[in-house]
Amino acid sequence: METKIGSYICQGCDIANSLDIDKLAKIAVEEGKAAFCKSHQALCSREGGDLIRSDIEKEKINRAAIAACSQRVFPELFDFGKDVLTDRIAIREQAAWTHEPKNEDGQMLAEDYIRMSLAKLQNSEPAVPYAAQTSKDILVIGAGIAGLTAAQAAAKAGYKVALVEKQDRLGGWAAKFRKVFPKHPPYRDPEDSGLNDLVKAVETNPNITIYKSSAAAKISGQPGKFEVTLDKAGQNVKLDIGSIILACGWKPYEADKLGHLGFGLSPDVITNAAMEEMALKGDIKRPSDGKPPESVVFIQCAGSRDENHLPYCSAVCCRVSLKQALYVRGRNPQAKVYIIYKDIRSPAQYERFYAQVQEDEGIFLTKGEIARVAKESDGRIKVEVKETLLGHDISLKADLVVLAAGMVAATKVEPEKTDSSEAKTPVEESKGPDAALDGKKAASCAEPGARILNLSYRQGTDLPTLKYGFPDSHFICFPYETRRTAIYAAGGVRAPMDLASAATDGQGAALKAIQAVEAIARGAAVHPRSGDLSWPEFFMQRCTSCKRCTEECPFGALDEDAKGTPLPNPLRCRRCATCMGSCPERIVSFKNYNVNMISKMIKSMHIPDEFEEKPRILAFVCENDALASIDMAGFKRLKYNAMVRIIPLRCLGSLNTVWISDALASGVDGVLLIGCKKDEDYQCHFVRGSELASYRLGNVKEKLKQLSLEDERIGMHELAITDFHKIPGIFDDFLKVIVKVGPNPYKGM
Amino acid sequence: MAEIKINDSINSDVLVVGGGIAGMTAAIEIAETGRRAVLLEQKASLGGQVATFHQYFPKLCPPACGMEINLKRIRVNPLITVLTLSQVKKISGSPGAYEAEIVLNPRFVNEKCTACGDCEKACEIERNNDFNYGLDKTKAVYLPHLMAYPLRYVIDPKFAADERMKKCLAACKYGAIELDMKPRNIRVKADAVVWAAGWKPYDAAKLDQLGFGKYPNVITNVIMERFASLSGPTAGKITRPSDAKEIKKIGFVQCAGSRDDKHLAYCSTVCCTASMKQAAYIRERYPQAEIHIFYIDARSPGRLEDFYAKLQKDSKVFFHRGKVGKITENPQNKNPIVAAENTLTGERRALELDMAVLATGMVPNTLDEPPPLNTALDDFGFIAPGASQGIIGAGTAVRPMDVSASVQNATAAAAVRPMDVSASVQNATAAAMKALALVSRPRQPADNAGVSLLKSDKTPEAVAV
Repeated sequence: METKIGSYICQGCDIANSLDIDKLAKIAVEEGKAAFCKSHQALCSREGGDLIRSDIEKEKINRAAIAACSQRVFPELFDFGKDVLTDRIAIREQAAWTHEPKNEDGQMLAEDYIRMSLAKLQNSEPAVPYAAQTSKDILVIGAGIAGLTAAQAAAKAGYKVALVEKQDRLGGWAAKFRKVFPKHPPYRDPEDSGLNDLVKAVETNPNITIYKSSAAAKISGQPGKFEVTLDKAGQNVKLDIGSIILACGWKPYEADKLGHLGFGLSPDVITNAAMEEMALKGDIKRPSDGKPPESVVFIQCAGSRDENHLPYCSAVCCRVSLKQALYVRGRNPQAKVYIIYKDIRSPAQYERFYAQVQEDEGIFLTKGEIARVAKESDGRIKVEVKETLLGHDISLKADLVVLAAGMVAATKVEPEKTDSSEAKTPVEESKGPDAALDGKKAASCAEPGARILNLSYRQGTDLPTLKYGFPDSHFICFPYETRRTAIYAAGGVRAPMDLASAATDGQGAALKAIQAVEAIARGAAVHPRSGDLSWPEFFMQRCTSCKRCTEECPFGALDEDAKGTPLPNPLRCRRCATCMGSCPERIVSFKNYNVNMISKMIKSMHIPDEFEEKPRILAFVCENDALASIDMAGFKRLKYNAMVRIIPLRCLGSLNTVWISDALASGVDGVLLIGCKKDEDYQCHFVRGSELASYRLGNVKEKLKQLSLEDERIGMHELAITDFHKIPGIFDDFLKVIVKVGPNPYKGM
Repeated sequence: MAEIKINDSINSDVLVVGGGIAGMTAAIEIAETGRRAVLLEQKASLGGQVATFHQYFPKLCPPACGMEINLKRIRVNPLITVLTLSQVKKISGSPGAYEAEIVLNPRFVNEKCTACGDCEKACEIERNNDFNYGLDKTKAVYLPHLMAYPLRYVIDPKFAADERMKKCLAACKYGAIELDMKPRNIRVKADAVVWAAGWKPYDAAKLDQLGFGKYPNVITNVIMERFASLSGPTAGKITRPSDAKEIKKIGFVQCAGSRDDKHLAYCSTVCCTASMKQAAYIRERYPQAEIHIFYIDARSPGRLEDFYAKLQKDSKVFFHRGKVGKITENPQNKNPIVAAENTLTGERRALELDMAVLATGMVPNTLDEPPPLNTALDDFGFIAPGASQGIIGAGTAVRPMDVSASVQNATAAAAVRPMDVSASVQNATAAAMKALALVSRPRQPADNAGVSLLKSDKTPEAVAV
């Protein structure tokens, strides 16, 4: 269908007082080739919306260039359905409110924005959802408390679930616990886990198919179309799956590494897991002679909170020891229990449980550091403790020592065990050091060899992890998100947590999994661009198989054939367009967001010649954070120079360096990138966008040198969303740099 | 799009009460499965407590970053209806068929507002800014904050009838100000109700040994967040209330109320890491500042231990094990003097500081305002577990928790315990799932934009009365 653009300019909010609207309208029609340009005193009013709706109906426009407020404001008012592409031009926040009124430079700025918007609409199309026949079935890996709860929740909501458990029984760790922490008021006494009822509910739910003694041998394909091959006790079972919940749990920290706390010294030094097993069987005895222990010492943080072992806190061990202390006292009221801790961590209402244990006169709790654990001649264990709350060192004689060992994610792979003797698959081989692109972390932070999901993804077999083997990606705000679309982690594999929290986690992950299959079935993106219907298309004839896109995709969406040519999986895509930014051949395009579109926007800018002394700066900004900050600067009416033109990007990772060349070739004097914080405490919603942009910028600066252009012409800033006060400084300081280096010599060429 | 009229009834799948991080998460997560959600907030804007926070632990990143994504998810999703300035009066029914009576309190500014600010310029009346704990003023017509959603001005009801407000009326070019706006009643029908009413800080004035309210340089942790924020009362400068001097030596008093049978007998879960966070950002901004943290047990679960470990290595951060018994004041310079026994060394000491920050705990809002339907609460006012057959609790209505746990729970539903952001998110997501299980209707057909509900940016005030 032929493109017909209606251009609209709002007069409200000081826009008409600041800018010459007739002149803007003339540019929209004469230069921007809009069919017409109308202005209205408040486009956000009902009448304003009706004006546009009526033009869609009567004038048959299919594009609307709306020069008014920011795209972040009232988006639903300017949504005219999927067949009408709209562009919002923030002449309120970025021109009228931040520049002097009726000023030549501010006017030129708004004129450029009109040109750029029209160029954008001329060179883009409404998104058409990726249509595919998809499955809405959910695969749950692991039938511990998190997996069982997830399976039951999803099944109750009407979804078919395949529940896979590697053991021949359901229940995971919960089945090995005698009691669990009190989660009901008054939160004092340990409770039954309720596992049996849950297992029964799962076993009798017609929506759930249970595969015991099974594991995922291979998962290929993409969300909505995962082809899962299960290994069920040696037999292959094939499943079509929509989304996956990884609830494969945790393993206790290896006791063999706890020699410094006496493990191995005597059979009477045991772990908390062994203690629980004994308690479940009903008797608490010394392993060496089978006698009931008269004195038991619990050593907390056995491995946890120790930089030589597990630097993190395992979150549950304090309460486990409190619970086990009650077991000991319950079996033998004469027994003395000592708990040696760094800090007692009994969060929320569990403080009441701690209080209950403190009231027991047979349980002695102190903060302390373990100086030495030794075996005495009588077979008992001597525990020497320093830095106690008593103000002096103490020495305890124990019949039984329990080490409160921590939790390790099942996805954690010990370095020495990676790539063991088993034959490497092509996927693994491609993950060698060479695959880590150009010195960046790339997929190397994945845990190769965990071999739980066995994904046939180019970037590795399992969920990438950030730290300590936990596979999350935004653990504060979006704890369920991982870097593999429609695969969510829940329970002890995601973070150390207790059973109640794991059950909660299973519920939440079930919701995310349902969300994913529903979004995918209609061709829409999941978080963070939820609902986005665009997706990347590849013009393969021009592909040089450079592998940049397949390596840089933060979500492992692209596979590769033997030659290294990308094999797109649109349903794995999160629409950040990192692939588009990475491609030197510019073969990756979204209908409504592509390299050509932004190149045309850049080329549409009016560049004054050098004698006019009006330098031009182009700023590419992240639309998730930096753009909001720029809007806030507008709301605060902060003033900055009018030489800067802003182009919002989906993510700085989608920045294609050809745009920088385009800008410099058009005579733009300087280019600024403003994105989110990178590295360990990254804030990028697509994990690696700003990191990749910064890396690409390094290459661009090299090229500048070859062209005898000053590398100061390119600048980059990390900006937090709340740093709106820094915006004028960033723009004005950069202008000073550009004035100092002088006009772009390519201007006017 | 249809309008909501007085006595109108909105048919939804899930009603979420509370527009903080847990409630927002619950509503969004439900809506993104294709079901309808009504998100109800008492205040004029979404965001709840986290909107007042300067940064999150442990990344020291601004809450607005995640909030922006969540607001975007709300803005583009036609299945979410946001009702601000709203309260639930009554709920009847049972899982699968609830009906809530809701009052929409007047904003006195209607949907025609463009947030241009002309009314604010014209306004002569000032009010105490509750967003900044009354430490500065806004005009009587004000935008709740820069990330406010809906992005629309609001008039303090105390001044709606004031003659001087007529100047604002005259200043508005869009006819957005309606000084005679009245409360309206509507009904919401839903299959499930998620209660995510959130928390408030424990009233520090009840801690009479600690001098809050008596000594100006004793503040609380939530106030500290506002001092640190650029949009706070000091525009981001951390200064002493008594003389606006920038701080050099500051103390944090942990468990101010929490873990204390006389006050809050539970642990508020987040205060240790919250104080560590505040210590970290103070150290970042004021490299000369010295920090003293008085604590009983340092509680930094999971990977938050890294954050604690890093701070322990800072030569200007001192951790003192021991509960603060009393705070007095040096009358000459108004320095608070913190008296505590170090439980490790047995040494009693009194430390003179520029400012003391009380790490006050979380009190569930359900304590004073329980859901208006038979819901089991625990002794502390949190929604007790197992009540999921009725109203589903989410976020800190369930326990004290951080953002991440709150998201986890709301994706599961948290009015359940004190929790941090991450726990709130976890909890809210789980709540969403529990709610979803009660929804009998299949999901909305694809691309059902134009559902007959108005979105918040142009919602109920829009209505012709």
